Amino acid sequence: MPNEPKQKVHQGQFVRAVSRQGATLRLTIDGEMVEAVEGDSLLAVLLLNGRAVRHLEFGGAPRAGFCLMGACQDCWIALGDGERVRACTTPAAHGMVIWTDLQKAQAHA
Amino acid sequence: MRNVVIVGGGPAGIRAASVLVGAGLKPILVNETRQAGGQGYRAPAKSLALDIKSLMGSEAGKYQRLHSLFASLQEQIDYRPGTLVWGVHDKVLHTSCDGVAGTIPYDALILATGATDRTMPLPGWTLPGVFTLGGAQVILKDQGCLIGSRIVFLGSSPLLFLAALQYHKSGASIAAVVDTTPLSAKRAALRDLAASPRTLARGVMYRAALHMAGIAVIDGATPRGIDGKTHVEGVRITDGRGRERRISCNAVAYGYGLKPETQLAELAGARFQFDPDFRLWLPEMDADGRAGDNLYLAGDGSRIGGADAAEASGALAAHALLADMGLPHPASELEPLRREVERLRRFQRGLAKAFAWPVAQAAALPDETIACRCEAVTVGEIRAALHAPLGPREVNRVKAITRCGMGRCQGRFCGPALQEIVAEACGTPIADAGRLRMQAPVKPIPLHAAAEMEP
Ligand SMILES: Cc1cc2nc3c(=O)[nH]c(=O)nc-3n(C[C@H](O)[C@H](O)[C@H](O)COP(=O)(O)OP(=O)(O)OC[C@H]3O[C@@H](n4cnc5c(N)ncnc54)[C@H](O)[C@@H]3O)c2cc1C
Ligand code: FES
Repeated sequence: MPNEPKQKVHQGQFVRAVSRQGATLRLTIDGEMVEAVEGDSLLAVLLLNGRAVRHLEFGGAPRAGFCLMGACQDCWIALGDGERVRACTTPAAHGMVIWTDLQKAQAHA
Repeated sequence: MRNVVIVGGGPAGIRAASVLVGAGLKPILVNETRQAGGQGYRAPAKSLALDIKSLMGSEAGKYQRLHSLFASLQEQIDYRPGTLVWGVHDKVLHTSCDGVAGTIPYDALILATGATDRTMPLPGWTLPGVFTLGGAQVILKDQGCLIGSRIVFLGSSPLLFLAALQYHKSGASIAAVVDTTPLSAKRAALRDLAASPRTLARGVMYRAALHMAGIAVIDGATPRGIDGKTHVEGVRITDGRGRERRISCNAVAYGYGLKPETQLAELAGARFQFDPDFRLWLPEMDADGRAGDNLYLAGDGSRIGGADAAEASGALAAHALLADMGLPHPASELEPLRREVERLRRFQRGLAKAFAWPVAQAAALPDETIACRCEAVTVGEIRAALHAPLGPREVNRVKAITRCGMGRCQGRFCGPALQEIVAEACGTPIADAGRLRMQAPVKPIPLHAAAEMEP
């Protein structure tokens, strides 16, 4: 169940250096609600709020993307509807459900 | 009506489009990113309160000019943003836009696909918090985010100092800039670097600015590994004087310069030749960018040259295309453009020598280091395959056996290192290790899009 929205600022990998104007979006990451601003990429949302964007199929090591420009494919994540997308080039949208762990995603599908 | 298609909306593609429009054509410009401008001149989203003037520094004027040129072209070209070209077959481009597949037949094709970071495996480089150097710049311009709150800039690249400075201006705390090139290598390359005194001066200026800001710059270092359990906690290096050091940080921007995105060129029929200065296989082409039947290459996607060379080579490719179509083109403009491209690429050759690709680091990598990020293949697995009885001595065979280079990134990030590991383990010259062959799709696409590929 999604909890209250929270911004786990201190636990995030990324730091927002430049403010962004835009509508507030609410998404869930691994079942927890977070806030984002229109225009944020899924990768930015994930890494402003945590440190991983996915867990490797081989052994489950955390990964957080690498090239940040759509070339390395290290940032694939699962959405609530089972679709898989590249986080760094996918814009965040209101109500999106994101899983960093494919198994958890499948368990909730 | 002949279909002229340009792939890539950076300086090379935009200039090519403007020359074609000037000759009365209406080219199709396909661009994977939504915003035109390419990587270096990436436009920030409107909603970001980013001070692009301050970020671009001395290049702000050129940035503005390119974006106004593009704005003036919009009505006269068929611009297709957010569209990935993932395959080329029989003079047809295969595309994917928001997951929807499409095709674009062409009579002539200009590829201006730009570059990506050139990286070398390092123990710990798959930990969350390690990003490419180019990626660190992209996320700042594109999302207004810093890759961490205390950052080490590590590697060898002219962009190392620039990126560190941009981060400093944006309020990041920089733990250190660790340059793996010894100063002596840079001095030795000065003759080639003098081919572009302005760029050389900029490089020197960036470094001076870092010093002024009190940011530590460590020269001639050897990286040993990135520490951390679930994310980056520090970087271990041996500095230029042989001292072991550990620098605490929570993010690393890592890179050894850029390498061309040549996948589409290969699928479109370009041939490749080994370049000993860059230690990379690069597409063969003439001075104007002709690389095959109705195939033209421009910008960093063919040879790393920087944004100015990208623009000039984009214009050259377009002129070559016009000439080959029998359309009028101003022959007198070509000579200065060729000289410009030649000069800037010579400068980049100097850079390639000055900012050394760490060949020795590849040889010294511990066996447990992950070489292939996608498939989690270790350096040890590659070496074991090579040392097996009748083991392969060529990268494509190694790929088939170990899966290194077979993952979703198609060998973009492990390929150059794989060549070095194979050459070293087999004791053969690097050129004999071969070149990873490319296959469509050049980037992953939804399965239903691939169905388009079948006739
Ligand atoms: C990550 C990165 C950061 C950089 N930062 C700087 C910087 O801060 N300052 C600086 O001076 N230089 C920088 N450079 C170098 C500079 O960007 C280049 O010299 C210059 O942009 C080259 O122009 P180009 O037109 O050849 O390619 P690019 O500007 O890279 O443009 C290539 C375009 O092609 C598109 N494309 C690629 N493949 C496909 C495909 N398959 N289908 C559809 N479209 C495709 C890309 O989306 C991109 O828009 C950077 C380079 C990179 C890679
Ligand atoms: S981080 Fe490389 S593709 Fe997204």
